[in-house]
Amino acid sequence: MKHRLVMVGNGMAGVRTLEELLKSAPDQYEITVFGAEPYPNYNRIMLSPVLASDKTVEDIILNDDAWYADHGITLHKGKTITAIDRVHRQVIADDGTVAEYDRLILATGSNPFIIPVPGHQLPGVIGFRDIADVDAMLAASKQYKHAVVIGGGLLGLEAANGLKKQGMDVTVVHLLDTLMERQLDKPAAALLKASLEEKGLKFEMSASTESILGDERVTGLRFTDGREIPADLVVMAVGIRPNIALAKAAGIHCERGIVVNDTMQTFDPRIWAVGECVQHRNQCYGLVAPLFEQAKVAANHLCEHGVARYEGSVTSTKLKVTGIDLFSAGEFNEQDGDETLVLQDPSQGMYKKLVLRDNRVKGAVMYGDTMDGSWYFQLLREGTDVSAFRKTILFGQHDLGDAGHGDSSKQVMALSDDAEICGCNGVCKGEIVDAIVKKGLFTLDDVRAHTKASSSCGSCTGLVEALLASTVGEGYGPAPSKKPMCKCTDHSHDDVITGIKRHQLKTMQSVRDFFEWQTPDGCATCRPALNYYLLANWPAEYNDDAQSRFINERAHGNIQKDGTYSVVPRMFGGLCTANDLRAIADVSDKYQVPEMKVTGGQRIDLFGVKKEDLPLMWKDLSDAGFVSGHAYGKALRTVKTCAGSNWCRFGTQNSTGLGVKLEQLTWGSWMPHKFKLAVSGCPRNCAEATIKDFGVVCVDSGYELHVGGNGGIKVRVTDLLTRVATEEEVLEFTGAFIQLYRLDAHYLERTAPWVERRGLAFVKEQILDNAERRRQLYEDFKFSQTFAQIDPWKARADGAEAHEFTTLKIA
Amino acid sequence: MTNWTDICALTDIPRLGSRVVKTDTMNIAVFRTADDAVFAMKDECPHKKGPLSQGIVHGHAVTCPLHNWKFDLASGEAMGPDEGCTNTFPAKVDGSRVLIDFSGLIEQAA
Ligand code: SRM
Ligand SMILES: Cc1cc2nc3c(=O)[nH]c(=O)nc-3n(C[C@H](O)[C@H](O)[C@H](O)COP(=O)(O)OP(=O)(O)OC[C@H]3O[C@@H](n4cnc5c(N)ncnc54)[C@H](O)[C@@H]3O)c2cc1C
Ligand code: SF4
Ligand code: FES
Repeated sequence: MKHRLVMVGNGMAGVRTLEELLKSAPDQYEITVFGAEPYPNYNRIMLSPVLASDKTVEDIILNDDAWYADHGITLHKGKTITAIDRVHRQVIADDGTVAEYDRLILATGSNPFIIPVPGHQLPGVIGFRDIADVDAMLAASKQYKHAVVIGGGLLGLEAANGLKKQGMDVTVVHLLDTLMERQLDKPAAALLKASLEEKGLKFEMSASTESILGDERVTGLRFTDGREIPADLVVMAVGIRPNIALAKAAGIHCERGIVVNDTMQTFDPRIWAVGECVQHRNQCYGLVAPLFEQAKVAANHLCEHGVARYEGSVTSTKLKVTGIDLFSAGEFNEQDGDETLVLQDPSQGMYKKLVLRDNRVKGAVMYGDTMDGSWYFQLLREGTDVSAFRKTILFGQHDLGDAGHGDSSKQVMALSDDAEICGCNGVCKGEIVDAIVKKGLFTLDDVRAHTKASSSCGSCTGLVEALLASTVGEGYGPAPSKKPMCKCTDHSHDDVITGIKRHQLKTMQSVRDFFEWQTPDGCATCRPALNYYLLANWPAEYNDDAQSRFINERAHGNIQKDGTYSVVPRMFGGLCTANDLRAIADVSDKYQVPEMKVTGGQRIDLFGVKKEDLPLMWKDLSDAGFVSGHAYGKALRTVKTCAGSNWCRFGTQNSTGLGVKLEQLTWGSWMPHKFKLAVSGCPRNCAEATIKDFGVVCVDSGYELHVGGNGGIKVRVTDLLTRVATEEEVLEFTGAFIQLYRLDAHYLERTAPWVERRGLAFVKEQILDNAERRRQLYEDFKFSQTFAQIDPWKARADGAEAHEFTTLKIA
Repeated sequence: MTNWTDICALTDIPRLGSRVVKTDTMNIAVFRTADDAVFAMKDECPHKKGPLSQGIVHGHAVTCPLHNWKFDLASGEAMGPDEGCTNTFPAKVDGSRVLIDFSGLIEQAA
């Protein structure tokens, strides 16, 4: 027979314990649960958004009735256990229900503390703890005007904010002169108060309540100084008391809470306790993160793994009031010998304070900008020595080289794998990314379901979304990664890239067969991608398939809106001679080119050329020494250069000459998307190298190499890859970077989103830290260039693909 | 009554490709699919007059090179969410030759 496990208290800590238990031992127990509330387990944290009408009760149910049924759990909703009979090992409910146990979990939570001032039992005086309280507040807000919240802590302010949003006139009464004194220091509390006042809340600070007035229902409040204010509703949010009455009556050892050891067992070894009702190493907790840690430990022992220990928690806090960013953790009020770092910008409503002891973070308070909260919290818990980056620590983790396009996805990618993202559930970045990748998750809901991250208070939702976006690429946009490539297949770009390499697939048909394509010859989305992947992986073996290229690449010119084409000859590094210009002028005359323009890429565009004239024009250009500029291709475009040391009074190196060498190395190469380079002769950066896919900025001692820039739809400034001393090294790094991009990126993914998706760390690991790998990539690139550097224009001028450029005549 | 005109050899059109026939009134795109079926239609997208002959051919369909509308080669109808239709002409392979019936074109012109 199965052992019987009974749980008293159907709340967040208790049900989490059951979830953890079911994960490792789904069949070990016959489980019975008693809950005093008439609901299944819900997210108590989210009562504040329910009160503010940002969510409904249905939204916050965590485990619905079906969940209990599916796991064979007997649930008694709306039944309060009134006694534990430890001798007969049974619990007794208020309606007489009796359940016998072999093991018992107490998870009774806590009760709001109601100050016993005269009038505290009047109707209209309530706590803020459960759905019933929220219902009472919502009902009052429809009928009455004046609300008073006693207590200016986390809970009180969330209640006040919610009531205000329901249209009530709200006064917060606080005993001290600072709000949230347990979480905030004075300056941060002052900023908070100011923004809440802006939202219309009123405050009575340093005020103590003498009595609550009213006969049948509350009508007002009197302070000890004799003043009175009107009140139709009084919410007491001055603290909680662990709910220990039941345990105490059963003779279980209690102090402030039910006392447990490191395995979460009470003094009765058959009885475990978790959650707010517990006292562990003299601490009681009132936030879910530590309770969930307790739940894990209790489950570990209940399923008889018997290895986990709970050793206490450091907690951090956020306030869930929309539009207010606030974070605090640890000991933020400095003691003697501590050092305090402060960054303050009152006009922006921003305040950050770190307390350091022996160069280790002991506490943090942030207001206005809480982006780095999880980083500071990690440093705090891990006791990291911060001397190396003390100078910049207040600016956040990602202070390097970010020219103001602060985007959270980039920041979150820079976090280490063990950085905690979800404080409530203790989920680290590594776990989330792993789940996204291995389980093929796409949506926030998937991530919540699989990892629990962002499923409690929701304040890390932005970070989780950023992780999703940067892991699955533009998950919602046109170049997704874990989504199927197109409607012809269920497989993603990554699947196909890996498959092509691992299984040596060398023709388009073999790829489609291997991955069981659902269409005989693909579609306009997958064919160009497959053609590219095969070409990049098997340069010597694969025969390029013209019919799988977009018209621009098939016709080697940009198709214009009237069906004509443009012609852009390559001008290496933007340099040209009088003869070059003459030759261009001549073809322009000869083929009556309607318009010529100097492009943004330092060369000349001839617009409006008829398709059948293309090979003829290309022949003339080829005779004058030009090759195709690939202005039409997912390919190497231009190498932009500046005057450099040849002429410019500031030039440090020969940027023009180096640009020419780079273009000679790279032209003709097919890429996942277009690829642009630039070389600037000094940090004035006239060639705009820091918004190119690969940019070189010359400095006196050599060359800075920058990667992943984009000047297009979404401007992204490059990341600095490294500095090198010689031109030869520049060439090697360029070739290696391009080859890495060519083999790793998804088709139609430019370097900017690719670097963001893969992380700069990945790029560095491949081509900076590993010299052998870099050389190999460079060699592979040069090898593939021996097949790519055949001028497509000359080939067609000589007769290749003639059918493409001639029409049929009716015989 | 059909009136077949010999256009070219089947091998003059690449598989999954097309050629253009110029006539006095309009350009006509002739497509060859992977299974060697041939189709002929007016070389003008109903959207913004893109040359359909320049699109990518897949299955019995072509995707317009300008804004990616997709057309059924047999009917000339736009597929999926887009709506529009271009004229088609009967086409067939006879031995190694491609034949098109332009009588519809003449009626149109008349
Ligand atoms: C000709 C040129 C404009 C000019 O007259 O200066 C041009 C013309 C076109 N650009 Fe561009 N871009 C030109 C420089 C640029 C630049 C500036 C530069 O390279 O320094 C940029 C921003 C830099 C960048 O790419 O990061 C630029 C960002 C784009 C984008 C946005 C790319 C992005 O990643 O966000 C597109 C759209 C795309 O590629 O999907 C685009 C697409 C196009 C297309 C190909 C549109 C199309 O698909 O038909 C235009 C072809 C016109 C035609 O009919 O020939 N063009 N385009 C420039 C050719 C440079 C060259 O010599 O090859
Ligand atoms: C409005 C509000 C906002 C909050 N915001 C946050 C936040 O942002 N972040 C955060 O970390 N924490 C927050 N908390 C705290 C968090 O909700 C609690 O720490 C957590 O819910 C405690 O879990 P628990 O299981 O110990 O207790 P509970 O979730 O309270 O569960 C205990 C359950 O046991 C039942 N029960 C008690 N005695 C009996 C009995 N004898 N028989 C049967 N059933 C019984 C109770 O009715 C209750 O349903 C907030 C709390 C509130 C009220
Ligand atoms: S980048 Fe520097 S060296 Fe080059 S042209 Fe500009 S100022 Fe002169
Ligand atoms: S012209 Fe064909 S889709 Fe726009």
